[in-house]
Formats: sequence, structure tokens, C-alpha cells
Amino acid sequence: MANKGRVIGDTLLKVENVSLGFGGVKALTDVSFDIRKGEIRAIIGPNGAGKSSMLNCINGFYHPSAGQITYKGQVRKQMRPHETAAGGIARTFQNIALFRGMSTLDNIMTGRLLKMKRGFWWHCLHWGPALREEIEHREHVERIIDFLEIQAIRKTPVGRLPYGLQKRVELGRALAAEPDLLLLDEPMAGMNLEEKEDMCRFILDVNEEFGTTIALIEHDMGVVMDISDRVVVLEYGRKIADGTPDEVKSDKRVIDAYLGVPHE
Amino acid sequence: MFYRESGQFKSAYAADQAMFPILQDRIGMAVILAVAFVGVPMVANDYFLSTLLIPFLIFALAAIGLNILTGYCGQLSLGTGGFMACGAFAAYKLATALPEMNIVVVFLLSGFVSAAVGVVFGVPSLRIKGFYLAVATLAAQFFLIWLFTKVPWFVNYSASGVISAPPRDVFGFYVTGIEATAEAKYIFCLSFVAVLALVAKNLVRGRVGRAWMAIRDMDIAAEIIGIKPLQTKLLAFAVSSFYCGVAGALWAFIYTSSVEALAFDINRSFQILFMIIIGGLGSILGSFLGAAFIVLLPIFLNVVPTAIGVPLSTAMIAHMEFMIFGALIIFFLIVEPHGLARLWQLGKEKLRLWPFPH
Repeated sequence: MANKGRVIGDTLLKVENVSLGFGGVKALTDVSFDIRKGEIRAIIGPNGAGKSSMLNCINGFYHPSAGQITYKGQVRKQMRPHETAAGGIARTFQNIALFRGMSTLDNIMTGRLLKMKRGFWWHCLHWGPALREEIEHREHVERIIDFLEIQAIRKTPVGRLPYGLQKRVELGRALAAEPDLLLLDEPMAGMNLEEKEDMCRFILDVNEEFGTTIALIEHDMGVVMDISDRVVVLEYGRKIADGTPDEVKSDKRVIDAYLGVPHE
Repeated sequence: MFYRESGQFKSAYAADQAMFPILQDRIGMAVILAVAFVGVPMVANDYFLSTLLIPFLIFALAAIGLNILTGYCGQLSLGTGGFMACGAFAAYKLATALPEMNIVVVFLLSGFVSAAVGVVFGVPSLRIKGFYLAVATLAAQFFLIWLFTKVPWFVNYSASGVISAPPRDVFGFYVTGIEATAEAKYIFCLSFVAVLALVAKNLVRGRVGRAWMAIRDMDIAAEIIGIKPLQTKLLAFAVSSFYCGVAGALWAFIYTSSVEALAFDINRSFQILFMIIIGGLGSILGSFLGAAFIVLLPIFLNVVPTAIGVPLSTAMIAHMEFMIFGALIIFFLIVEPHGLARLWQLGKEKLRLWPFPH
């Protein structure tokens, strides 16, 4: 999959010697890897390996206790999630985090919030520049709705949607921000085969058509090996392997970690 | 049969995003406004206007305010009465200190004063949520009422602690004071409420409202998208308190003409909270329905038992009011958390299919 005419660029995000602890529990120890512009980077590992903690460090929920994260060539200071969002990082969650009281359309429109610049007073009037802005962004959101094939549920409150569609809407909301780096936390968890295939297609299309860099956590090894360019494997908060899917697949420590075979 | 959107095609996003996308709704709203502005003042008598419609409008405005904070932004508040008092006393101080200032400006400014106070008491909302926030706003309620009762400067050193509205006019018609007619007061209130309700509707259907609802529904995901939690919550507190403040000023100047701080005690806060629970959390229409319900229920209880030959004592009515409110709130919380507004919406959805539901 790696050579499809896509351009893999320079390093977009670099994680160096990151450690994270909660009291006595070490969630991450001395983890280093990089994400290059335009690639699909998978983070895998057994349960509790620290994958989600890694994503949370990247988008500012957690602050690493040691090490540093370099994003777009700049060493990042401690950042709040809304600051990383402004820097172009969007994400989806393992357990869906949609705005349940709002419709599909409003959820995705909310994703464009950072792009909307008109002030409070214009919005009081909902007229002139504010209205023009709403419609401009509606057009963009409609393109995402078309892309994800969710036209029929545009006005449905997301709480009423089935699980697979909710996951899709969440992807749409993340895409609405036109991110440079998209973090997907188990985008295919709990889906059936058909839904998984659809989701794979969307992820590949996003990557190819919009050139979005994607970092994803996934447990379905078939999917991971198929769609990702490079894979980093974590176990007990440490990096045990890093490389192309083929390299990782044949790595002794990875096989041990997954199958639990003791070292001889 | 008459209420359906079939045949009404939209070819622009602007039309699809309009406040009333369906023609029947637009006609309905126009009729309601025409009746409210022209019909009612022509037929209604003074009693009907000043004891029923004016309090209804003022309550609806306060309910919109609380609904913005609680229904849209998800921040439970019990300080509504305090913020109303803020508006009332700010309006009194402004009107007496600057007699030449137009009363509309006075009311708007007192709304802004109230908004500033709301922001101050909204700061804890970054750290505390739900019931704990309600307790923090309760502090605002008690502190503000205490302040207005204890500091004589707020009542211009009047011995009784009561403020009376000075006479003021708009376009030559007196809207406050003794000379004001019920019709003028009513039209003045109605204009204020209509314009502010429109502004509220505009806010909640645009970017600002979406940020509020995002914070309400899932604050973590909202932050990931780039919504700043503190700013968004404080804006909700400001707008909410602005509405409550203007409602308080209207209450003091138009409805009762003279008022003491205790008129805005904790019971007032609860009353408005009941309105939005019964009317519908997160709905501008619900604010009006809830206000109408709570204003009408006591009158209904007064009139109906007498009409059917079972006269009730005043004390009995007051107690029954409490019992019915209590029962209804439990009913709505269990059966329909989105209140009367949701029932109305369900009714409309049914009506679209009527009389052929299959």
C-alpha cells in the first residue's frame, strides 16, 4: 500500500523520550518515534500498553513527565487541548464522544468552529457576514457529508444513530477542522466486517485525497498491516518495535508480546 | 393535513437553515406576532394585561436567560433571582442618577451590569460542575440579595428598602410610573421580549450556540475541537445574566413599579428553574411555554374549582400549587426531560402524517 504515488514528507511530529506516570504507575517509559507528513502511522500493542496515553500526550490532555514532543519543527510547551486543536491536530475517541443532543449536521459544523471568525455581535443578528460565514461552512460540511455518505442522516440527532454511523459522524467532525494530523483512537472497534471495510476506505481516501497525516490505534491486525505505512509497537509503556508492517510482523518481541511466548 | 413540508423545496442552504424552514410555521409566527402586537391591546382589559400578560412576558425573558445557561450550556444555576435583582437595582440606580437617559438604554445597561456580575460568579464553573456549581450559584443568590437589603446606597437611602420606578417615557408614551397605561407597558414589554428572544434564537442556532451545546453534551470532546471551556462558559453566564438582568429591570419598573430585594429571593430562582424544566431545557419556545404554564396554573386553580362549584380557600390553592408543581416536575423529569417544547415538536411530527399515519 505504501507506494501509491503518495508523497511521504518530512517529520511532522517527533516524540522524544517521553515518559508519563500516574502516581506510582508508569504509563509510558522513554518512548520515542516520529510521524512523517502524509503517512499513516499505526500505534499498536496489547491492552494497557499506553497507546491511548500516547495520543493523549500528543493532543495535550496529558503532559509528559519527561521528554519532549516536537510538532511542525517546534518543541511544544505544555499545551491545553484547545491549543493543539488550533495547531491542526484533530482526533476521534475510542468510546464515541459526539454531542448527543445535536444533529449530525450540527456536530460536523461544530468541528469547523475554529475556522469561524465572525464576532459575537454579528451572531446576535445572524445576518450579513455571520450568515454568509455560516453558509460558507455549511458548503464545506456538505462536502464532508457527501464524502462519508451520510446525507440521509444529516438532520438526525446523533443519539438516535447506530454505532457504526456514529463513528462515521465522529470522523466527519474531526475532518471538518481540516487537520494536519488526525489521531484516530480505535476507529474500527466494535464494527462488523462491512463497516470496517467502509471505514478503511474512508481513512485511505482521507489520506490520499486530502494528504492528511494519520496516526491510528487499532486492534485489528489485518487492518493495521494493510493500511499503515509504519507501525510502532508498545508494551507496558515501552516501545518494543518500530518499522514497516512486514518488519514489525516478523519481530520476535512483537510476536512474544502478542502471543505471550516466554523468551528462551 | 395542513401542516407538512411536501412541495416546499429548498435550493439554498440559507433557506434550509432559516429559523422557520416550513411555510406554515412562518405564517403561524406572523399571526402570533400580529395578534400579540395589535389584537391583544385592542381587546384585552387592564387586569388581563397587567396581571397576566406582562408577568408572563417578563418570566419568559428570565426563563430564556436561564435556559441559555442551563438548557444550552449545561451549567445548572440557582442564582437567577440574584441576577434579576442585579438588573432591577442597576436600572434604579441608573434611572435616578441620570434622569435624562432613555429608559431603553437604562434597561440595556442594567443588563450589562448584571452580565458583568454573572461573569464574576461564573468563574467557578471551570472547576466545578452539576450540583456543586448549583451550590456556588446559590452563594450568588444569597449574597446579592443580602447586599441589596443591607447596603442603603442601592435604594438611594430610602428607609423602607423599597425602590419605586420613576416615570419615564418612550416616544412620548409613559411606560413606567403612575401615568403609564397598561397597554403602553404591555407593548413596551412585548417589544423588548420579542427582540431579545430573536437575538437568543440567533445566538443558539449559530456558532456561539453550537459551542455552548458542545460544552453541555461532552466538554472533553468540545475542548479537542478547539472550544475554550472557560470563555465559552463565561459567555453563557454573561448572556444569561444579561437576560435575567433585563427581566429583573422590567419586573421592577413595569410590572410591580415598586419592589424590594426580597421579591427576587431563592423562590424566584426556583420558579424560573421550574419553568424551563416544564417548558423544555434547551428550547427558546420552551421558555415561553414554561412561563405561560407557571403563570396560568394559579389562575386556573383559582377560577376552575369555583366555576364547577367547589370553591377552594386561598391557602388550599397555594398548597395545591406546590403539590401540582412538584408532581409535574417529577413527571417531566421522568417522562419527557425536554418538556412541553418537545411535546409540541412531537405533535408537529404527528401532524405531518395526519390523517394517514402509515
